[in-house]
Amino acid sequence: MQYLLMIHGEEGRLATMPKAEVEKMMGAYGAYTKALKDAGVLRGGERLQPSTTATVVRTKNGKTSVLNGPYAEVKEQLGGYYVIDAADLDAAIGWAARCPGAADGAIEVRPIWPM
Amino acid sequence: MARESYGRLVAFLAARDRDIASAEDAFSDALAAALADWPRRGVPANPEGWLIVTARRRRIDAARRGRVADEASETLRLAAEELQAVEDAGPIPDRRLALMFVCAHPAIDEAVRAPLMLQTILGLDATAIASAFLVSPAAMGQRLSRAKAKIRLAGAPFRVPERDELPERLGAVLEAIYAAFAHGWEQAFADDPRGRNLAEEAIWLGRLVASLALDEPEALGLLALMLYADSRRAARRDAAGRYVPLAEQEVSRWNAAAIDEAERLLTVAGARRAPGRFQLEAAIQSAHAARIHGGATDWPAIAALYDALYALTESKVVAVNRAVATAEARGATAGLALLEAAAADGGLDGYQSYWAARAALSARAGRKDEAREAYRRAIGLEFDPATRAFLLERLASLG
Repeated sequence: MQYLLMIHGEEGRLATMPKAEVEKMMGAYGAYTKALKDAGVLRGGERLQPSTTATVVRTKNGKTSVLNGPYAEVKEQLGGYYVIDAADLDAAIGWAARCPGAADGAIEVRPIWPM
Repeated sequence: MARESYGRLVAFLAARDRDIASAEDAFSDALAAALADWPRRGVPANPEGWLIVTARRRRIDAARRGRVADEASETLRLAAEELQAVEDAGPIPDRRLALMFVCAHPAIDEAVRAPLMLQTILGLDATAIASAFLVSPAAMGQRLSRAKAKIRLAGAPFRVPERDELPERLGAVLEAIYAAFAHGWEQAFADDPRGRNLAEEAIWLGRLVASLALDEPEALGLLALMLYADSRRAARRDAAGRYVPLAEQEVSRWNAAAIDEAERLLTVAGARRAPGRFQLEAAIQSAHAARIHGGATDWPAIAALYDALYALTESKVVAVNRAVATAEARGATAGLALLEAAAADGGLDGYQSYWAARAALSARAGRKDEAREAYRRAIGLEFDPATRAFLLERLASLG
């Protein structure tokens, strides 16, 4: 089954993080991504620009509205994601728990709707 | 046969595609077919195998309506082969423990784990479960189907966890069984007889998990705990149906066989040297049960066991019982001090046992005004009429 691992974290913390800490974090993500690849479970994944760069678009009654900002103003924002192929929920949870983002934020595990 | 078979067949049918709801529907259909077929043609050599294959066919029929004919005939051919395989293989594998782990999966809402287990393993209907858990049947039905949908869509696996995660995952299974027991225990004398059955059903689940989980000490501890508590069921009311507190119960009305069994289970569990919450609670019950052999209640020992249990769980419920035991061992004032500490953050305001304990200890310490107030709070929160009558009597005796 395919799962989306959504990495939610506090963006403010990242902005004020000392450079050495940022490098450590990038190293941890690099190693994690490699582990996903080596296990043959990685199907995709990207890091996202901060939520301040987000734009929300709706079309209602033929009229398009474009709004500034993320969809929801919450403290922990979506900062990136992975798509993995895991045997079952427990395997997906196992990978989510190893994600560096789980240590200072939260990983939401969502099964992908098969088409 | 139905009770033994229900969970085993549902677990087996659902294990492959994790679709519990459709497994239950198919099994009910198969049971109805059996009721029509067996009296005419006789019970088949392998009744469970017959039910499995019939249930599988029903599921295929249901699936076929949405699919092309070729595919359906292929699945039907496979089902026919399966029929032969089941007939050849004899007893079907028991996947009930795996199903229990699915029901108590960390991804499943804690409040629905016990109801889910009662329904999928024992076949209780949502209405009976709802009445025991004091929610509307519609709400319970919705919670159960939402949980089943999550198991299917999110892919919660039907498997027994590996050794390293087993204690934690088993803990969730045992908690859910104990929650079912506690609901049955609270309502043991309610007018609705289904409430009382729930305690028995939970003991049945406890036996099942203890036998399937290869004698894990905590599983044995839980079973012992439930047996100790249940052994006193008859003694909890006098001939007139009035509430009798533990200290005043006639030990001749305790179920000695259940106590003996609990003692044996606890001894086996203790030999594994892996103590835990349920073994500690069972040990406390064992100390209470000593009265059946003419012994006095060893309150200092019980208080010490509660200290250990509280250190392990930090549970508010345990804190209240610990305070009561401490009062017996070291005096009402010592007990009250613990109660007040536990209630300091207001988290116990809606908890009936806290107010009942506070009332009894205040009365014993001579703090009558506080006792009266606490009795009123306890009476206001009580469900059970006999216990309410008992508390009203105690309140009146304060003058």
